[in-house]
Amino acid sequence: MEAPETLRYSEEHEWVRVEGGVAVVGITDHAQAELGDIVFVELPAVGADVTQGKPLGVVESVKAVSDVYAPVSGTVLEVNDRLGDSPEIVNGDPYGDGWMAKVTMRDASEVDRLMTAAQYRDFVAKETS
Amino acid sequence: MSALARTPLYATHRALGARMVAFGGWEMPVSYRGILEEHHSVRAAAGLFDVSHMGEIELTGPRAAAACQALTTNDVRRLDDGRVQYTLLCREDGGVVDDVTLYRHGPERFLFCVNASNRAKDLAWIEAHAGGATVVDRSAETALLALQGPRAAAILARLTALDLSTLGFFRFATGPVAGVPAVVSRTGYTGEDGFELYVASGDAVAVWDAIMAAGAGDGVAPIGLGARDTLRLEAALPLYGNDLDDATTPLAAGLARFVALDGDDFVGRDALRAERAAGSPRRLVGLELRAAGIARHGYPILADGRRAGEVTSGTHAPTLGRAIALGYVEAAHAAPGTALAVEVRGKAVPAAVVPTPFYRRPRAGTRPKGEQ
Repeated sequence: MEAPETLRYSEEHEWVRVEGGVAVVGITDHAQAELGDIVFVELPAVGADVTQGKPLGVVESVKAVSDVYAPVSGTVLEVNDRLGDSPEIVNGDPYGDGWMAKVTMRDASEVDRLMTAAQYRDFVAKETS
Repeated sequence: MSALARTPLYATHRALGARMVAFGGWEMPVSYRGILEEHHSVRAAAGLFDVSHMGEIELTGPRAAAACQALTTNDVRRLDDGRVQYTLLCREDGGVVDDVTLYRHGPERFLFCVNASNRAKDLAWIEAHAGGATVVDRSAETALLALQGPRAAAILARLTALDLSTLGFFRFATGPVAGVPAVVSRTGYTGEDGFELYVASGDAVAVWDAIMAAGAGDGVAPIGLGARDTLRLEAALPLYGNDLDDATTPLAAGLARFVALDGDDFVGRDALRAERAAGSPRRLVGLELRAAGIARHGYPILADGRRAGEVTSGTHAPTLGRAIALGYVEAAHAAPGTALAVEVRGKAVPAAVVPTPFYRRPRAGTRPKGEQ
């Protein structure tokens, strides 16, 4: 399982990359592997208000539906429209082209409550053992 | 929770890197390399499935044929030795106990292949209605492999002297495969040509390995339960527990051709005759979603904004590239072409009733469309 050092991670298996006051959000490599082939991604409307820990969107794999939770609170600035036609990008590049939304953060300190890469790796190891 | 049962191929699945899940009391492979890839392997070449979790229940003796007739909806007299029938066990009220295949090995020897999750229930039901026939559960000693796909016959022919070219659909033959005794049945659950192979549990690994080796050049791939579900759903084959249960009837499920209502008596016949006369109040239909979204088991089906039914199976259909579903709707909304909607997480996604199966395999020997 890959978990880049520069990102922060939620217990629901989302990642956050902070770019100034904006958080880029996606699901982790572990999450995409658990889901299997992703065939549908539902993302919020631009301008929507999202709250840390509350649903942000939905990913559907061939076998299951899974909510994506907002790892930070704020306003949706942009969503990754490419995932509409090509949801499989999430499987292939979860931390890059498979990003899901950019959120203008309301409270940047929320990021500090997310896990570091090392903490997330431990978390996944415990969860799957 | 009791421990999950394992098939004789459990170690093989682990060695292949399968992702294992609990299914019907069994620890089974859900996928090896990904459901989509496995699905396409079966449609394009061939796939090998371990379905040893299925149950096998044998009826023997001079009363066996009469017991099978009384237990099942289809006409057992149409079976001869070497023929298989898809049929249903029904309750008195017409509800489905299980959907099964029935093999006639001889005039006094029949074998039911039953769903894994129903094995204990079916065994008790069959014993209660055996009418003096001898009932033996052969599940533990029997392994079941399915080899499915357009390359299946060519691969299997390398491993057996049985003449597969004359073995018709829903026929079976008995003889060695890869050097061990086997029952070779031209049946499956994928919508493709293919075979189901009944072998002794102790021979399962040898037969699996022989098929994987013999089919390597044809692209044979191990296939898990995930692709088994998308394949059967494209072929609109019902899954017990989703599309069939003890509160649904074969007539409502569109399985009337497997119900011989005008033949000999069987458990549930009177109730099903009454349903035929009155018309089924709800019908199982095929749905295609016409906007983004995937229908799943339990989602409401809407007609003019009002709840008119429920999805029983739904997925993204890999071969078709669309979201498809099976579900029960009120009979008034069951005709192909009817515009309905599926409620997906609170949103009404437009859907249309379409003819089933969703996918039909290209038949060997048929000309491409447009040619005379």
